[in-house]
Amino acid sequence: MYQLPVLPDGRLEQRIKDYKPAYSPGEAVTEANRCLYCVDAPCVKACPTGIDIPNFIHKISTANVAGAARTILKENLLGTSCARVCPVEVLCVGACVYNAWGREPIAIGRLQRFATETAIASQGLAKLVTAKKAPTGKKVALVGAGPASVAAAGLLALEGHRAVIFEKKAVPGGLNTLGIAPYKQSANQALEEIRHVLALGDVELKAGVEVVAGAAGAGQASGESLLKDYDAVFLGLGLGPDSALGASGEQGAGVYGAVELIERIKVDPKLVLNGVKRAVVVGGGNTAIDIAHELKLLGVADVAMVYRRGEQDMSGYAHELTHARKHGVRLVEQRVVTAFTRGADGKLTGLTMARAENGKPVAGEPEALSCELVALAIGQATGTAVAKAFPGVQVEKGSVVVDPKTQRTGHPKVWSGGDCVNGGKEVVNAVQEAKLAVRDMLRALGGK
Amino acid sequence: MADLSIDFCGIKSPNPFWLASAPPTNSGPQVMRAFDAGWGGAVWKTLGDPITNVTSRFWAHDYGSTRMMGLNNIELITDRPLEVNLKEMYEVKKRYPKHTVIASLMVESRENWREIIKKAEDTGCDGLELNFGCPHGMCERGMGSAVGQEPKVLEEITRWVLEDAKTPVIVKLTPNTGDILEPGEAAAKAGAPALSLINTIKSLLGVDLDRFVPNPRVGGKSTNGGYCGPAVKPIALHMLAQLTRNPATKHLAISGIGGISNWRDAAEFIALGATSVQVCTAVMHYGYRIVEDMIEGLSDYLDSKGMKSVNELRGRAVPAYAEWGELDLNYNLKARINAETCIGCNLCHVACMDGAHQCILIPGRTHEEHVKAGHTHIPSSIPEVPVKAAGAIGRFVPVVDDAECVGCNLCHLVCPVPGTIAMTEVPGAIGKSETWNDRVAQGRDLNPGSLQSTLAKRGLAK
Ligand SMILES: Cc1cc2nc3c(=O)[nH]c(=O)nc-3n(C[C@H](O)[C@H](O)[C@H](O)COP(=O)(O)OP(=O)(O)OC[C@H]3O[C@@H](n4cnc5c(N)ncnc54)[C@H](O)[C@@H]3O)c2cc1C
Ligand SMILES: Cc1cc2nc3c(=O)[nH]c(=O)nc-3n(C[C@H](O)[C@H](O)[C@H](O)COP(=O)(O)O)c2cc1C
Ligand code: SF4
Ligand code: SF4
Ligand code: SF4
Repeated sequence: MYQLPVLPDGRLEQRIKDYKPAYSPGEAVTEANRCLYCVDAPCVKACPTGIDIPNFIHKISTANVAGAARTILKENLLGTSCARVCPVEVLCVGACVYNAWGREPIAIGRLQRFATETAIASQGLAKLVTAKKAPTGKKVALVGAGPASVAAAGLLALEGHRAVIFEKKAVPGGLNTLGIAPYKQSANQALEEIRHVLALGDVELKAGVEVVAGAAGAGQASGESLLKDYDAVFLGLGLGPDSALGASGEQGAGVYGAVELIERIKVDPKLVLNGVKRAVVVGGGNTAIDIAHELKLLGVADVAMVYRRGEQDMSGYAHELTHARKHGVRLVEQRVVTAFTRGADGKLTGLTMARAENGKPVAGEPEALSCELVALAIGQATGTAVAKAFPGVQVEKGSVVVDPKTQRTGHPKVWSGGDCVNGGKEVVNAVQEAKLAVRDMLRALGGK
Repeated sequence: MADLSIDFCGIKSPNPFWLASAPPTNSGPQVMRAFDAGWGGAVWKTLGDPITNVTSRFWAHDYGSTRMMGLNNIELITDRPLEVNLKEMYEVKKRYPKHTVIASLMVESRENWREIIKKAEDTGCDGLELNFGCPHGMCERGMGSAVGQEPKVLEEITRWVLEDAKTPVIVKLTPNTGDILEPGEAAAKAGAPALSLINTIKSLLGVDLDRFVPNPRVGGKSTNGGYCGPAVKPIALHMLAQLTRNPATKHLAISGIGGISNWRDAAEFIALGATSVQVCTAVMHYGYRIVEDMIEGLSDYLDSKGMKSVNELRGRAVPAYAEWGELDLNYNLKARINAETCIGCNLCHVACMDGAHQCILIPGRTHEEHVKAGHTHIPSSIPEVPVKAAGAIGRFVPVVDDAECVGCNLCHLVCPVPGTIAMTEVPGAIGKSETWNDRVAQGRDLNPGSLQSTLAKRGLAK
């Protein structure tokens, strides 16, 4: 069986603490007792995976913690990750009836975390989900080891199918392992969940193997071979690399893609931020807020987010911005970065910005901002080139096209879900899409 | 997964969770929805002669932010035509042959009993429950608790029923009696195989202070009703345990009722000897859906204790229910405060100061301040350990003075942070186990509360 990588110590993320620490049993019961146990509850409707929230919270209130975990995992196999990483403020918690009443909503995420972590630690994931069915002899290939594929593989394994995951990186889990802000979830916590899912049944993880369109070289597998060797294929490709601005001076040390930098904070012990006193983050989305917040928590004295529009236009969540600001992140609005400045030694010294209106630069004196590090968080490219290997699979604006009810692509043996389909949402959306895909696959594979 | 099925004096049921005779068992469609949700049985809303119910009918006792800690009702037996109820019972039993359907009955004359027993049993129901418990409306007509409070009458009617009944008979007891053993033993003497208890407790739920009418109000008047819900559970547990440890009644199958809201409550009733449990208020509050957690929670609990079936749990706590005189006077506890979790509210301090033994001190005070607060014994060292909780500045974790602490549990009970005050066993003062009964047997002490001891205390003993 595949051994999950052991991450070395000395990684920067290890210095960052949980911002919503785990509840003690007493705290969990106290909070659970506050829940009204609503019927047709709005929190359930706001959960993309439709977890029966009142039911699981009621079970916590009676000390039936394993039962609570079963209720959660039945709808969301990665309920542990989701409990920690979901933007609950805009999902379940945001819909809680207490909001309408002007009172503190129920801390659903923290309760979910309490139930899943406690129950899985005491009896393992396998005992909390439906019993594994007898082997069917059918096998499914999953491309990418992000939450979409991991959830799908687990669900397929429980149905008795063989699931083989191909992941181009050494560390599995996709952005759930490599991208989540450390104050929400550490890479090791994400890997621990994967360890449990891989043990649910016949799941194999081939890490360091990229699936390609065309002929496969070393460390690669061709899409054609998957179609030939497997009964079904699931594409959980995620997104591509960070986008670049294309401004002068951008290439070179000190300027990072935000996702790339977060990955290194989480898993690369060689990354150090010595000498970085000022950092600039370019962008106004959640990735921008995350990296700015992380840099601040790692001790960078001045962290400025430079955004081309106003605060009200930001796609990043207001609650995340508030939180980052509380720790000292500042926001520079209505500015576009025009160039990066470097010293004679090539070292980054800062950048210049122009004032912007409606996100476009307007005439005027350029402003300078000194910094030793820049993180570009202006979006990620798509990463769906491999889809070409599967005839009939359509790609529109870089995203794989599926029937939203079944997650089925234009190829009868290929399903897809997660960021590569939805253009980049949350872990919980990836899990839900995987669930829908597996339901339809079971039908196609002749599962009961 | 543990086996939850039970055999209740010959009545087989898929699990011990039954609905009590009350609004949740008013009609066939309701009972069928309940069975679909997982309930193992239902005692139909009491059948009898036609009555008319009033509006309104219920009132609740809220405590703090907890709604419906106790519920009171002035509803009577079913107000639906007997024939309709019988037809629906027949249909339910036909569609759910493995589930338990019990007919609850309450009529007056021997003739009426004979007739209604026949009609009820013709529906195919699994047993009969005799409602000798309703404490309002029916008792004034010589039924319900009027029967339950008169052991002789109870015994007589139970005999009539047993003569005519072909299915097992459960006598439902009222708690509105001085000693539950009297009606319990009367039922046993008549030959009934089973009891259920408790029915509701006579109550007035409160007073509307503007209208000067008690609640629930029916126009300008109200009347006493029956109290049930979480608040009555301790009373029900006591009555159940009285019967299950009593040699004259412990052979009876008992269906435990009163304030059961979740699997833990149910497990406690079963541990004190109940074979099945019945629920009313919790379902009226939250619906049939609560049974999912009850089944799962009980089953997981049995697994965790290595018990293969719910029958292994039955009665497990009965032997430990002893008389006061059998308690160990040497057993000793002291309160211990966890400085890691204390939030510095000092509720333990005030409870101990005014309601117990003045032994929890607030550090940082001068000797004089401690004296002024009411302490009579002040330890030489009162450590000043800061409260660790975020935002707690300048507060210290209260200190328990072991020399004065009697281990009463009060601080442990008032502390708002679960697990913060632990009651820890320490060596006892006597040095060996000793009970009051030992002392009485050795002639060193008198029975507490006995006439002899009272006279001795007052200097009147010869
Ligand atoms: C910085 C950042 C922070 C985030 N924070 C949150 C958060 O707090 N909460 C939240 O819910 N969501 C968050 N998200 C979003 C969330 O991580 C994604 O929605 C989720 O991971 C998508 O899952 P996925 O399986 O579709 O793709 P990914 O997680 O991207 O996984 C795709 C995997 O496929 C692999 N792969 C791709 N192509 C191939 C190929 N051809 N062959 C083999 N392997 C391949 C990739 O290496 C990768 O491991 C965040 C995203 C980012 C970027
Ligand atoms: C509204 C209401 C109506 C009731 N009607 C009956 C009845 O018809 N027959 C009966 O035996 N008990 C009746 N009861 C008593 C219940 O069956 C049960 O014994 C009592 O409510 C205690 O259980 P609980 O604490 O779970 O509610 C009634 C209780 C309530 C609240
Ligand atoms: S909406 Fe809020 S109170 Fe209602 S069930 Fe959901 S979490 Fe509980
Ligand atoms: S609960 Fe139903 S029957 Fe009772 S008063 Fe309200 S609406 Fe009417
Ligand atoms: S009641 Fe509990 S939390 Fe409050 S001061 Fe006492 S020990 Fe601390």
